[in-house]
Amino acid sequence: MNTTGSPIAQLSSVVKRYGNHTAVDGLDLMLHRGEIFALLGPNGAGKSTTISMLLGLARPDAGRVELFGEDPQQLVARRRIGVMLQSAALPPTLRVGELLRLTASYYPAPRDERETAELAGVADLLKRPYAALSGGQQRRVQFALALCGRPELLFLDEPTVGMDLEARQKLWVALRHLVAEGAGVVLTTHYLEEAEALAHRVCVMARGRVLSEGSVDDLRARVALKRVRCITRLRAAEVAAWPEVAEARDEGERLWLSTDRAESVVRRLLDADAQLGELEVQRAGLAEAFTELTRAAEAPTEATREAA
Amino acid sequence: MNAVSSAVMSAASASREMSLRRVLGAYLQEARAECLRYLRNPGFMIPTLILPTAFYLMFGILIGHANGPDAPRYLLAAYGTFGVMSPGLFGFGVALSMERDNGLLTLKRALPMPPGTYLLGKVVMSIFAAAVVSCILVLLATLVAHVQLSPAQMAGLFATNLFGALPFCAMGLMLGMLIKGTGGPGIVNLIYLPMAFMSGLWFPLSLMPKAVQDIALVLPPYHLNQVALTVVGLGHDAVWPHVAALAAFSAVFLAIAARRLRRHG
Repeated sequence: MNTTGSPIAQLSSVVKRYGNHTAVDGLDLMLHRGEIFALLGPNGAGKSTTISMLLGLARPDAGRVELFGEDPQQLVARRRIGVMLQSAALPPTLRVGELLRLTASYYPAPRDERETAELAGVADLLKRPYAALSGGQQRRVQFALALCGRPELLFLDEPTVGMDLEARQKLWVALRHLVAEGAGVVLTTHYLEEAEALAHRVCVMARGRVLSEGSVDDLRARVALKRVRCITRLRAAEVAAWPEVAEARDEGERLWLSTDRAESVVRRLLDADAQLGELEVQRAGLAEAFTELTRAAEAPTEATREAA
Repeated sequence: MNAVSSAVMSAASASREMSLRRVLGAYLQEARAECLRYLRNPGFMIPTLILPTAFYLMFGILIGHANGPDAPRYLLAAYGTFGVMSPGLFGFGVALSMERDNGLLTLKRALPMPPGTYLLGKVVMSIFAAAVVSCILVLLATLVAHVQLSPAQMAGLFATNLFGALPFCAMGLMLGMLIKGTGGPGIVNLIYLPMAFMSGLWFPLSLMPKAVQDIALVLPPYHLNQVALTVVGLGHDAVWPHVAALAAFSAVFLAIAARRLRRHG
């Protein structure tokens, strides 16, 4: 990914505390044009606080936050961003078209209404009151509000929660279109496959710090595990006892396991069950990498439990 | 390098300046959206328009003449005051307490909404609702109850009611900053109805115990009602002490709201 040029937003050595709790602890991040940046982490990792500071909703206790070279609390900086928050109850009695016109009026050079509606897939909803929409449709409207101002940087907090598969894939298409136009995107999501499918760069946070930052492939490479699936008479309980198997479970008639030595596990499986079929070996996905990374961050408690 | 990139940045942000016309447009859109959303919301329209109208029809017109010839005129002022209280208290106070809780205000603060748009939109909506309720009451009074009002009295009553909505906007703003979430409607109703009663909007204060008459002096609706009564020709007092009292109440409410805003954001 070409991310040359100066960053459009950045945090340097940012610390944010709420009372005794340090929500963000010395964070450095840079966001670029034309890039989808996914921010991942367990609940309480500091993702929301990080986004809040970038949006000017919270001020850092230490360090610097810049949005287009300005303080995010400056209106000029925020005129270049679009925002979709995780939970925002929009006025229920307003129609979709009215919400779009209102939000577009905050921006100097917004998209025209039809273009916005088509990009976000709400063209057929413009005359409907917001309250009459399904949860997935409401999310699409919120996405439309985020992109109506022709933003150079788009903040999307869990954008596809409540969307069905088709709506989710449409949103992905729209996002890729915006990125092709040169916009940057900050995405927080619980759907790891979403980050895997979309993100050029993934940052995993835990306890207010960055655990890992890089491409999806970089992140996966940090985890040597592979997944093995097959149909066999061997059961998970039995296979889990093999030293080279990290984790095993039964999925219906299939056996699923993860291992860092796939070749020797496969050899052993074939030896143990000549009838074994439908064998698949895959590199670990983002999900395994993510679990692995965040588990490492909880290391002290985990180590004692394993020792016990 | 840094100098170059910051020059590029500031050039880019210059092109992002909003024209004055677009900024004004944002204020207009916000006010329009606020008015529309409440006109379509029965939970707001019933206390604001239907209640004062229904009360006036019942007590001011149907059984009003039984209370003496001046009852329709007296209650035109009283229910006018009652009517202009609720846009500020509910449209402002309850809405703000809900929107601080449900993420709408957070979203608006993250968006590049021009400063003040949000509050100004709510003030415009409150004044608009006050104008509508005043029109309805004046029409009922003159056409149905045959209350004789000179053009000057009519204009004076409109002005009183429209400006009279403002102290309640300030009070709503303060309540909205103090209360958060779904408790809002209940708490505001607990203040709204007793305050209207104790201010003599439903029964003349002269019929009430001395203690209630004293309490009324510290209630904004009492003072607004005194101004309205004088305007329709039933008042005995000078208007300015009541106007001064309303201004003082507004200042205190705003100061408390601002203090709260500074401390809690």
